[in-house]
Amino acid sequence: MNFNATLIGQSIAFAVFVWFCMKYIWPQLIAALEERNARISEGLAAAQRGQKDLEEAQSKVSDNLKDAKQQAQEIINQAQKRATEIVDEAKDTAREEGDRIKSMATADIEQQVNSAKSELRKEVSLIALAGVEKILGREVNAEAHDAVLKELVAQV
Amino acid sequence: MSGYANSSEYIKHHLTNLVYGQKANGDWGIAHSAEEIKEMGFWSINVDSMVFSIGLGVLFLWIFRQAAKKASAGGTIGVAPTGLQNFIEMIIEFVDGSVRGSFTGKNPLIAPLALTIFVWIFLLNLMDLIPIDIIPWLASLMGVSYLKIVPTTDPNITFGLSLSVFALILYYSIKMKGPGGFFAELAFHPFPKFMMPINLVLEGVTLIAKPVSLALRLFGNLYAGEMIFILIALMYSGGWVLGISGGLMQIGWALFHILIITLQAFIFMTLTIVYLDMASQTEEH
Repeated sequence: MNFNATLIGQSIAFAVFVWFCMKYIWPQLIAALEERNARISEGLAAAQRGQKDLEEAQSKVSDNLKDAKQQAQEIINQAQKRATEIVDEAKDTAREEGDRIKSMATADIEQQVNSAKSELRKEVSLIALAGVEKILGREVNAEAHDAVLKELVAQV
Repeated sequence: MSGYANSSEYIKHHLTNLVYGQKANGDWGIAHSAEEIKEMGFWSINVDSMVFSIGLGVLFLWIFRQAAKKASAGGTIGVAPTGLQNFIEMIIEFVDGSVRGSFTGKNPLIAPLALTIFVWIFLLNLMDLIPIDIIPWLASLMGVSYLKIVPTTDPNITFGLSLSVFALILYYSIKMKGPGGFFAELAFHPFPKFMMPINLVLEGVTLIAKPVSLALRLFGNLYAGEMIFILIALMYSGGWVLGISGGLMQIGWALFHILIITLQAFIFMTLTIVYLDMASQTEEH
């Protein structure tokens, strides 16, 4: 081991290399690495957020779906109830209408029967009067025998 | 090993640097023998170590500068990095993790320092895996007498690194703790104050041991590795059987050496971070 000025030369070279490395190599590379690190962790965080959002959205979707199903079921139930009600109402209305029509017809018939009866009575009394006139040969004083006639009509 | 008188000369030749300095007769030039190198004294320079060391350092800075340019242009932030960019960012993250794990304070110098140490030393060590005779042989064709291509087998290189780190340790110790605090740390531990001289000796040895162990550990590992490669290379001249077994051993040792060169670069980096962290600690312990 014989030492010579190589020692000094190597020290100077070392100092220059370290200075160059410190100035032009290390800061640039480490900055790039740190920035990429930041981007990667950002990206991972974003991915995680996305995953979480997706899960939330999925659970929301399934909630909504459940709600919608429930609502649909309610609507169907209501509709069925309403339909039954409408049918019942319609039945009632129809029955009432039928009854009304029937009673109207019955009243009409009765009225007609009555009017026919009274018509018939009148005619019978007239016929009876004409018959009596012919039999008696003379005019019956309608006023004089009104009471008799009325009694007769009532009997018919 | 054709051209060598014996294996001892072969080994010596492979362990001699290409030295430039002032010869005994006053001329400046390349040393052609071990005696000439000795005569040159301190003010000479190992040309091969410096060329490979600076060349590999520039290669490191150039490659990483490309990646840094690409990164600061912003084109690689939003996309996954590929190829070389990916590899370099991996190294950056690795070094950054090591610094974060070992250095508690905040100092913008530490991470670039650690990166430079790790990659540069790794590249210097990597030269050990190139078959030892190829580049010296090519150089000898161009008239270069000696060539050691692994700079970290030159203690000048490893001590150059570790003494620079040591200077930083002293600088941050004094800056963070103050001269008094630094002295107190050396003088009042581990024994009570009245045993200050003993404390100073113990702590002084601990302090000096840091750069020495850093440099010698790296140098020793690589020097020993290089030596084994040289010994294995000697077997190639020993006939078919020795040559083939030498080839197998070279493959085996090279594979194992991949671990060593990486580990040594990592250890140098980690210990540098730890030492500087200790130097920057302000609270009493």
